[in-house]
Amino acid sequence: MTADTAASLLQTPLHALHQEAGARMVPFAGYRMPLQYPLGLLKEHLHTRRAVGLFDVSHMGQIAVRARSGDLADTARALETVVPIDVVGLPPGRQRYGFLTTQGGGILDDLMLANLGDHYLLVVNAANKAADLAHLLDAIGTECTVEPVDRALIALQGPGAEAALARHLPAVAEMRFMDARAVSFQGEDGVIVRAGYTGEDGFEIALPPGSAVALARALLADPDVKPVGLGARDSLRLEAGLCLHGADIDHETSPVEAGLSWAIPKVRRRSGARAGGFPGAERILTELDDGPARLRVGLRPEGRTPVRAGAALYAAADASEPVGRVTSGGFGPSLDGPIAMGVLPSTLAVPGTPVFAEVRGQRLPCAVAPLPFRPAGFKRS
Amino acid sequence: MLKYTDEHEWLRLEGDVATVGITDHAAEQLGDLVFVELPKVGATLTRGAAAAVVESVKAASDVYAPVDGEVTAINEAAVSNPESVGTDPQGAGWLYRVRLSDPSQLDGLMDEAAYRAFVG
Repeated sequence: MTADTAASLLQTPLHALHQEAGARMVPFAGYRMPLQYPLGLLKEHLHTRRAVGLFDVSHMGQIAVRARSGDLADTARALETVVPIDVVGLPPGRQRYGFLTTQGGGILDDLMLANLGDHYLLVVNAANKAADLAHLLDAIGTECTVEPVDRALIALQGPGAEAALARHLPAVAEMRFMDARAVSFQGEDGVIVRAGYTGEDGFEIALPPGSAVALARALLADPDVKPVGLGARDSLRLEAGLCLHGADIDHETSPVEAGLSWAIPKVRRRSGARAGGFPGAERILTELDDGPARLRVGLRPEGRTPVRAGAALYAAADASEPVGRVTSGGFGPSLDGPIAMGVLPSTLAVPGTPVFAEVRGQRLPCAVAPLPFRPAGFKRS
Repeated sequence: MLKYTDEHEWLRLEGDVATVGITDHAAEQLGDLVFVELPKVGATLTRGAAAAVVESVKAASDVYAPVDGEVTAINEAAVSNPESVGTDPQGAGWLYRVRLSDPSQLDGLMDEAAYRAFVG
């Protein structure tokens, strides 16, 4: 047995709400989490694309980082020794996507990093939060305090998210994509960001348990807002072409191979003012200059058969050796067809290239497809 | 005669041909189905081996052959409309028909009451 035995599973502050809503609960990253509600995965997915989905993502890690000197610039400089993104240039009230890299240039975890004025908030994957915390303490614990923040986290996603949330927190209407702000609800303080993991406009709201439950209940009283489980969260992020750590990215995959080079700005690349200085910089900066040997791609199977994680990819129907593999795959409800992501040699990672995925002994034709599979609905201005 | 397996399939026997599908309990557990793969008519099935595949958004699940035999018909409507297997698994969402090569294999299967007790 693993840590996921029933007795040792943690519950989020929204547990009672999931039970009332009739959720099917499953073990996930040490927590008892809602996989789906009676509406079902397909309809939850489509509802999020059309209206508003409410997700409990309280299992994710929230980590506050503050320089012991009290100077935010010192915190930024310390963080740049663990992530290859531009932290120093991130203005207060803004958030960026990034990743902790390994010494070998792989991805320890991917994360969101927000400048909250007097400290930085990192939101990390549930399954990695203990490892991330240990890594951060080891790497920057001398200069910075690195503290997990025990708050609930609610994601409100979909084209109606702003209208639904503004009824309770009117100021959110002024936020744009990747803004991060302090928030107060029912006398409790938290953080709100305009971002998410679905490809839709939306928000993630971190609040202490009491006010988080109150806000979730208030939001769910709106007929436009439906609770959505982890099942649809996965199909939504796959359609949005977003990586899942442990599947599409891992300790071996570099950010360049993962198609995440956009997150590494010029200032951190070779001949940049703050070039390198993060774990695995040599491999990552070399791949940025020379191009990686392999790349993450989108895949559209030609037929109706879903192609799932682990399936081998071949350059030809009769090829003897695979050239890559599927890292995430399933069915895209909004596309009404199978979709997948995988890794291929860079020479084949060109949209339109035909490849073959092996499913139950058959080679199924797929086309390399641009990501995301559908355009994002972010509010950028 | 309606029989059930502990792999959550049902069989309705008429003569020596059984219509096979997944149970309503299985359909509920699987969630929304998006893809169904059926054996070919004329295929020889071996009890316990995968005969069909049903897939939800999240996962693929094998449907095992409950008996040995030869496939005499398949439900094309289930292939073109996988949702029907989820919404009416014991009616319009049947999967295939098989001519039993050893009718005594039915003896080990459950009746309706036994199956309901089995799934609790």
